[in-house]
Amino acid sequence: MTKTSTTIGADWGYAPAPESADHFQLKDHYGLFIGGKFVPAVSGKRFKTINPANEKVIAEVADGGEKDVDKAVKAARTAFDKVWRKMSGRERGKYLYRIARIIQERARELAVVESMDGGKPIRESRDVDIPLAAAHFFYHAGWADKLGYAFPGKSVSPIGVAGQIIPWNFPLLMVAWKVAPALACGNTVVLKPAETTPLTALLFAEICQEAGLPEGVFNLVTGAGATGAALVNHPGLDKVAFTGSTEVGKAIQRSLAGRGTKLTLELGGKAAHIIFEDATIDQAVEGIINGIYFNQGHVCCAGSRLLVQESVEEEVVTKLKARMESLIVGDPLDKNTDIGAINSKAQCDRIRDYLKIGEEEGAELFQTQCSVPEKGYWIRPSFFTKVAQSHRIVQEEIFGPVLAIQTFRTLNEALEKANNTPYGLSGGVWTDKGAKIFKVTRGIRAGVIWANTFNKFDPTSPFGGYKESGYGREGGRHGLRPYVELS
Amino acid sequence: MSRNGTSGNHGRLDVRKTYKMLIGGSFVRSESGRALDVEAPGGKWLGHVCRASRKDFRNAVVLARKAASGWAGATAYLKGQILYRAAEMLEGRASGFREVLQSIGLSSGAAKAEVSQAIDLLVYYAGWSDKYLQVFGAVNPVATPHFNFSVTEPMGVVAYVAGEKRPLLDLVSGIAPIVVGGNAVITLSTGRAAVAAMELGEVLETSDFPPGVINLLCGLREELVGQMSSHMDVNALVVQGGDEKEHTASREACSLNLKRYFLRDTAGQGDEDPYRILDTVEIKTTWHPVGG
Amino acid sequence: MRERVARLATRSIKKSSKVEGLKLALSMVDLTTLEGADTPGRVRQLCTKAVHLHSGRKDLPMVAAVCVYPTMVRVAREALKGTPIKVAAVATAFPSGMNPLAVKLEDTRYAVAEGAHEIDMVISRGDFLRGDYVRVADEIAEVKKACGEAHLKVILETGELGTLDRVRLASDIAMEAGADFIKTSTGKIQPAATPEVVLVMLQAISDFYRKTGKKIGMKPAGGIANAKAALNLLVMVREVLGPDWLNPDLFRIGASKLPNDILMQLEKERTGVYQGGDYFSND
Repeated sequence: MTKTSTTIGADWGYAPAPESADHFQLKDHYGLFIGGKFVPAVSGKRFKTINPANEKVIAEVADGGEKDVDKAVKAARTAFDKVWRKMSGRERGKYLYRIARIIQERARELAVVESMDGGKPIRESRDVDIPLAAAHFFYHAGWADKLGYAFPGKSVSPIGVAGQIIPWNFPLLMVAWKVAPALACGNTVVLKPAETTPLTALLFAEICQEAGLPEGVFNLVTGAGATGAALVNHPGLDKVAFTGSTEVGKAIQRSLAGRGTKLTLELGGKAAHIIFEDATIDQAVEGIINGIYFNQGHVCCAGSRLLVQESVEEEVVTKLKARMESLIVGDPLDKNTDIGAINSKAQCDRIRDYLKIGEEEGAELFQTQCSVPEKGYWIRPSFFTKVAQSHRIVQEEIFGPVLAIQTFRTLNEALEKANNTPYGLSGGVWTDKGAKIFKVTRGIRAGVIWANTFNKFDPTSPFGGYKESGYGREGGRHGLRPYVELS
Repeated sequence: MSRNGTSGNHGRLDVRKTYKMLIGGSFVRSESGRALDVEAPGGKWLGHVCRASRKDFRNAVVLARKAASGWAGATAYLKGQILYRAAEMLEGRASGFREVLQSIGLSSGAAKAEVSQAIDLLVYYAGWSDKYLQVFGAVNPVATPHFNFSVTEPMGVVAYVAGEKRPLLDLVSGIAPIVVGGNAVITLSTGRAAVAAMELGEVLETSDFPPGVINLLCGLREELVGQMSSHMDVNALVVQGGDEKEHTASREACSLNLKRYFLRDTAGQGDEDPYRILDTVEIKTTWHPVGG
Repeated sequence: MRERVARLATRSIKKSSKVEGLKLALSMVDLTTLEGADTPGRVRQLCTKAVHLHSGRKDLPMVAAVCVYPTMVRVAREALKGTPIKVAAVATAFPSGMNPLAVKLEDTRYAVAEGAHEIDMVISRGDFLRGDYVRVADEIAEVKKACGEAHLKVILETGELGTLDRVRLASDIAMEAGADFIKTSTGKIQPAATPEVVLVMLQAISDFYRKTGKKIGMKPAGGIANAKAALNLLVMVREVLGPDWLNPDLFRIGASKLPNDILMQLEKERTGVYQGGDYFSND
């Protein structure tokens, strides 16, 4: 052997391991899904959806306007009055079981399209997004004929037609979170997906056709902000559900002020991730990675503020840096990629702005040295130290793989910093002491608290925020409440 | 077919089915080698089914106990998926099952109804798997600084004696809530209903249930109910049918290990009832201090 | 812990990377035979296989070492003369360790005198579980002295320790007491080298390096039967400790059936065709 024993292996790297995308065919353009059929927009207008990893166009999608929204709401109303509200819960549930099964059958196709359209690594879409989406439909299918048990002492009935608007960070999963409970409780739906990620929603519409879902029960209108506004403002809706930025959420609450429409909002967050000195540090570091770097930090409940007890700050930061260097940023369709592409140029620019703001505010930036591809939108995993509670990078949601690190000395100080924000979606705590776990989880003012873990989701577990992170819960028994009338 | 072996189908001789019991994931005959004749209501001979002995029951309990901890540890999601799969498998064999039920005396309308109801019942209980804890569990607001929560836990091994009026449905309506709660179950079917039970075994075996979770015996009540009541490694006994005398003797025998005893209505009311799940689970309450 | 392990297991190693990785793994194997029924003939056959893994290919590395009981060391040294393959001996009343210290030290000295380059010792699990960590550490230090020039691997027998916390503690004790390598198992009981245990030990080594600047080696042993498992181990080492540890001086794999599975994988990469066991010599 020519290599000496100490240099063998020093160069060993991972070769590209691309997921194949050749076992299915996407159409080159898609229409809106109204009344069980795919139809073009009344105006005939379309827009392109691109792959943020290489900036190539994947397909063209119809641009829905007010007239299209109106058609969709009317179709949903007809389906509600004539078919869906009359159907027994048991039969409604059977449609949802079919949808769940078909998602499982088409899982690989959905995962690949999700990664191509949105930029998230194939490992995430394959192992998390798609299986959870199927699980949501399985869970809610089972509630359809059991709603009386979910609301003891009350008579339960559906609300009517729901308008739902979802974001681009977990496209198909957000479809599942919104549509499954709505349909299980007997409502019909008009959904508007984010304009940068319409494709898996469109494939979902195909799945509804394959499942034989009665026409008009689920309707899809693709488009951008104007389409969403048209939907929210349509007088034919009995309920609106929105997941997205706090800013838009407030605007929606304003526009609905004069009407009796029910509203739930799932908005932004700036979660505090608290690490005590008696935490198992290696595991906590893995929790940080989970909390802010996976899914490119495009998570409303991301652990974007690290509060580390001063006595272990150095150890945590050192280990965090080392762990970050092993993260691979690259082609979302490569099975080894840990961090994929930023969803859009606009979002990428916004994150870059915050990186500049942070440095201008006096914080110290660390970024890993990994390579990134030439085309596409990328941000290397980063964190800021020398950060103060008043900094914009601590107060405002960045929605990217950027962490702000602060220290604390006592439990009360940690809680105080954690709660000192208008947001209240989620929080995390790491400590090996049981009693401390419960004291801290009791003290954080947020809707979802993870103790010695982070970013865990399940259809049985309610999710939603306090304060300006929104109101209403999704998932679990509590997640049914927004979709029923009780009397 | 007829007893003397001739078949109406001249030319090709059918391969007749032998009915075996599903125990521990395998299809076996009774270790006693004994069998029972089954006749249709008109007297036509249908075939033999096993006459389970108390040793068969004892073996089934051993295998059920082995399977019980794994099944108790399976996620609610997985249990639901498996029960749903059982519904899929039964749906796939619906027409065959209707024939079987008709052969043992049900009218074609009654057979059709029973098969559909059994499928829907499996789907119903599959849907409870990941929800009943949200309805029956609790977090309790105790007056001391403790986090206090109550969860359900399966009892372990449950024995079930099925009625004969609805050969398929009486069996499915007993099994589903017991296994959804995380228990392993050993059932006894009698008379003509044994035929439906043995056919159901084939459906369940292809449904991804781990071996030993569901064990289907057939035989005589008078030979086995006493064993089921007195066995010290069975945690609960659920009974359908039988007379006052049998029930009293059963209850007495159950007291040997404080077996939990439940009598089910034979009229079939309340098949869809999550409180049946509650019957065969324990409630465990845990305390943990809240403090700095 | 489970999550990190699961995530590391999803690394996909393909094509040239796979071939390199497999050859790397092969060069790290300690080919092992530890049976009561071992004879000089058996050991000679194993050594021949160690030198000459497969006649069909000329591009294969040799394994790192052969691991035998002390009474077989002389035979192994003879059979491996002229090759760089090391002879490792298990010692200290392997596998139970249930003998007085004097006997264990004699066992060690004997093996070293017979020509062992490396000693794989077992810790006293009983003493450890009783909480007598000082005794455990002292024993390791004594054995290290008895090793002289030979390098010392300390077997923790993780399957008997119970929890990952204990594995961490045992790792730290062993390294402080002078181990050159920490090793998971004797291979005589299950569970042996599970991914969680390996991860904990690698983290211990990483922390020890940060504190002292000393690089300690790691050897998982027992239950590593196929190439996929071996590649997973390499991924873990690379991502937790870094490429510096990816060589036989700092990482070994204790196995007996592994080389043939690796050979089959290498053949498959070369020919594109899945292989069968008949085409590879068992020893």
